[in-house]
Amino acid sequence: MLDIQKIRADFPILSEKVNGKPLIYFDNGATSQKPQVVIDAEAKYYQEINANIHRGVHTLSQLATDAYEISRVKLQHHINAKFSHEVLFTSGTTHGINLVANGFASILKPGDEVLVSSLEHHSNIVPWQMLCEKTGAVLKVIPINQEGELIISEYELLLSEKTKIVTVNHISNALGVINPVKEMIAKAHAVGAAVLIDGAQAVPHLKPDVQDLDCDFYAFSGHKMCGPTGTGILYGKEAWLNKLPPYQGGGEMIKEVTFEKTTYADLPHKFEAGTPNIAGGIVLGTAVDYLNEVGFGNIQLQEKKLLEHATKRLLEIEGLRIYGNGKNKASVVSFNIDGIHPYDIGSIIDKLGIAVRTGHHCAQPIMNFFCIPGTIRASFSFYNTKEEIDVMVEAVKKAKTMLS
Amino acid sequence: MTIKEIQDEIIDEFSMFDDWMQRYEYIIELGKSLPLINEEYKTDDNLIKGCQSKVWLQGEQNDDKIVFTADSDAILTKGIIAILIRAFSNQKASDIINADTQFIDEIGLKEHLSATRANGLVSMIKNIKMYALAFDAKNKN
Repeated sequence: MLDIQKIRADFPILSEKVNGKPLIYFDNGATSQKPQVVIDAEAKYYQEINANIHRGVHTLSQLATDAYEISRVKLQHHINAKFSHEVLFTSGTTHGINLVANGFASILKPGDEVLVSSLEHHSNIVPWQMLCEKTGAVLKVIPINQEGELIISEYELLLSEKTKIVTVNHISNALGVINPVKEMIAKAHAVGAAVLIDGAQAVPHLKPDVQDLDCDFYAFSGHKMCGPTGTGILYGKEAWLNKLPPYQGGGEMIKEVTFEKTTYADLPHKFEAGTPNIAGGIVLGTAVDYLNEVGFGNIQLQEKKLLEHATKRLLEIEGLRIYGNGKNKASVVSFNIDGIHPYDIGSIIDKLGIAVRTGHHCAQPIMNFFCIPGTIRASFSFYNTKEEIDVMVEAVKKAKTMLS
Repeated sequence: MTIKEIQDEIIDEFSMFDDWMQRYEYIIELGKSLPLINEEYKTDDNLIKGCQSKVWLQGEQNDDKIVFTADSDAILTKGIIAILIRAFSNQKASDIINADTQFIDEIGLKEHLSATRANGLVSMIKNIKMYALAFDAKNKN
């Protein structure tokens, strides 16, 4: 059992006030708050070991390089990658997805197919559309049912030898649905297609095991898992990363440069051109340590309680509909109230100190599917409490009364 | 009344409210009482796409003045539209071009006009001014 008050004390922002009210932060799906250890680690890097990495012979550069590479190994173990060079530092999920989509431009031919799901964030749709425009490949979409779950039988029908890559999120950002990715990966591999998993919304809640999933790529962001903004990881199987061309050219990613020909560095540096976000990469390791110390078992237990409580309490409100009601769900509740625009509810409960996300959550196709302009999304983290949910429910009721 | 006089009148009205709830309740009332836009004007051309709420705006010339009608799918946005229309509709193009929107800050609704709200209001003000500029240019020709 987690001592929630002790956990909350780790996050200084949770004792801030917003609009004169104690902050209730339910926008964890957008970004998580940061514990003091993470904030301190960022300062400590700049105070004690700031230097450029992988090039200097001087001691500071060595210290910074070691810290950066130790963090890479931490991340490798965290996701159970076979090799640390399969773990690329990126600026976030979007960067990781674009890196892969860009690489596939040299692989796809006209008529090949790319499969995305209806549940994707725009950042896992647009790079693939751009890829298809560039190569003449065709984008196909896996549909969802009324509960917001992917229809696996339809997915099977879409898979064929034309399918070259399948890209799907582990957990939907807009609805919180957990997708059966392991099963989907096996089915894609059966037709010879590669699979990229967008893990942005999964990593705050679970520890992905990339070898067990057998995914070819797994992209995620650091800032959603208590780490700094502008950090992320792209995992790729060694064979795939060797096959894909570099994404950006520059320093650090080369072996030898002449004006006639440049040879590229080995993995992972081939994909890490330029000076990276050194502090961020190191501190992402600190964030992962912190989460593992709290324990993902504890995190899931607490978040399950919060999800159940929020679902039960919100459904007490007449005319409230929750989108995404599958059995497997992360601690996200996406809802609307009949006849009321989500913007109006969001604006009023913000005045009451509650931070939720309103709008289409960068997933317009899902909103179009449900024929709604958007939803109100409350996404909970392990540091949230049932009492906070009760305050939100009262705030939503108040907003409803004002707006009806 | 000039735009400035109307704005001062609105500031006066809002100064009577003690807290945000009263302000919001008033805005919701304004939103509900905003005269309906003629359905034929709710076209894609007149639609200002915010990320979250949609705004439709139609401007027409009436002698030397511009008359605006508008609508939104969110009621708070609609209430603020009602305030903007009260200030800017039925005014001369040159006056609209030169008017500012400082009064929105003064009545405590600044956050609704920030770009991050993505509610279409920022673009609505821009479009009100664009209408005025267009009419002004046309009249000078």
